[in-house]
Amino acid sequence: MTFALTATIATPSLVLVGAADILDRLVELVLDDVWGTVLDVLAAVTGIEMLGFPFMQRAYLAAVCIAVIGPLVGSFLVHREMAMIGDTLAHSAFAGVAAGLFVNAVFAVTVPPLLTALLVAALAALVVQTLVDYAGAYRDTSLAIVLTGSFAIGSVLVTATDGGIAVGINAYLFGSLATVSRANAAILGLLSVVVTLGVTVAYRPLVYVTFDEVGARAAGLDVTRYNQLLAVLTAVVVVGAMQIMGVILVAAMLVIPVAAATGVRGFKRSVAAAVGAGLVATVAGVTLSYVYDVAAGGTIVLVAIAVYAGVKLVAGAAE
Amino acid sequence: MAVIDATDVTFSYGDRPVVEDVSLTVDEGAFLGLVGPNGSGKTTLLELLIGLRRLDSGSVTLFGHPAHESRDGDRIGFVPQDVATANGQMPTTVREAVRMGRYPRNLVGRFTGADRRAVDDALARVGIADLGDRRVGRLSGGQRQRVFIARALAAEADLLALDEPTVGVDAESREGFYDLLHELNDEGITVVLIEHDIGVVTTHASEIACLNRELFFHGDPETFVETDALAEAYGGAQSIVHHEH
Repeated sequence: MTFALTATIATPSLVLVGAADILDRLVELVLDDVWGTVLDVLAAVTGIEMLGFPFMQRAYLAAVCIAVIGPLVGSFLVHREMAMIGDTLAHSAFAGVAAGLFVNAVFAVTVPPLLTALLVAALAALVVQTLVDYAGAYRDTSLAIVLTGSFAIGSVLVTATDGGIAVGINAYLFGSLATVSRANAAILGLLSVVVTLGVTVAYRPLVYVTFDEVGARAAGLDVTRYNQLLAVLTAVVVVGAMQIMGVILVAAMLVIPVAAATGVRGFKRSVAAAVGAGLVATVAGVTLSYVYDVAAGGTIVLVAIAVYAGVKLVAGAAE
Repeated sequence: MAVIDATDVTFSYGDRPVVEDVSLTVDEGAFLGLVGPNGSGKTTLLELLIGLRRLDSGSVTLFGHPAHESRDGDRIGFVPQDVATANGQMPTTVREAVRMGRYPRNLVGRFTGADRRAVDDALARVGIADLGDRRVGRLSGGQRQRVFIARALAAEADLLALDEPTVGVDAESREGFYDLLHELNDEGITVVLIEHDIGVVTTHASEIACLNRELFFHGDPETFVETDALAEAYGGAQSIVHHEH
């Protein structure tokens, strides 16, 4: 009896330790054994030194993740004329980061700011979707209210303490390569898997709703539910990409690669092309940002815009 | 058997009534033309009939179930307003759009041979098999109409609901489009059509419902042109240009 009791008490914590252990090993396997080794070899072969630095290896991994999930979700947003929802949710994520840092400063606990950002952004996503459903044509106004309201909450929280968290908030506002810690890279990797799975499973209804919302409803699809799913996936992308891109620029990866790929024939192929454009932008952007020691987010966005402009120029010349 | 059975259907936007006490039945195989002046509630009524909106009062059954909880999505092919004129930037191809007809019964997983055949047959049936790889947004209005019809055929829909489908379509394509609707109707598909051109409707439809918030007339086209329903509904003198082919 006593034995059985001990066993039941011990089991949950053992399972927890076991799960954390497995997660650690998984991160090690992906980050060090696979990704690290590939880039080490690449560094040795090409003689490009920075590919061998662990913090750059993490930055490139983050770049690849962002290049995949941004356009993947953004393709649905752009063609529903909801490009601004990314920007709105980024600002709610900022409020979430501020709330996390605030809680940590005031209550002397350690809550990861990315976690609070994810919670607040996901909540804001559902609020925005509800407002859009009710407001109809005036969804711009709803988005503007949530965007500025979130930023207002963030700025109030940042200044409500004695100023200690104002320093930490800068990294989230403008993004940086240095913020991609092992833990953050692991979180981004996990979020990317979640987003990719989410879009893969719901691909068909999302395409239908994006192409013809009324038709999708007539065909019996639960349009509201898929809209909510898309909004929450957007929140996840925004929070994942925020560390490198920064709150203010993160929406760019949802929009610019997709805009660059609109000339491709076929929606599925346009999504693939947008991911390609995103990869060019993020990998080149991270590299240039390291070489010239300038902000990663800004560099990525500028490269993305250059890709967009180049594609449009070539397409214009071809016609 | 009745495909749609509506009883005392009433709907308002806020305190503005749009549809009042409308009762009508659409039998299997019917070709119903829904006419009425601008703002008469035609689109709203169509949306109520196929379960896109909830009624304020009354009842609508669609394929024998309450319309708004209908799970027979793939039995309804809906061609929304303005598809011919909307300038879609989305790079969806014709084939991708028609494949959507198979989505409700196939939300995840691979397409089977039957799915692919249904898509090919639908493309061929409406005469756009050669446009499969073109972008929907770059087609003419008339071709775009056919894409939406093909999507309904790929879904093996029993009911086609069309909201002013030929707005922005040239006269020749329009004739061809109505001929196609006629053929599909002959093959057993029930058609409910909103059309502003009363001459066209009275030529093609097997029955007419004339609406201006309330139902002014429901019956065959021959009787419709002989009654005052049209003048009453439009609140003034109206003449009908009857198209003969």
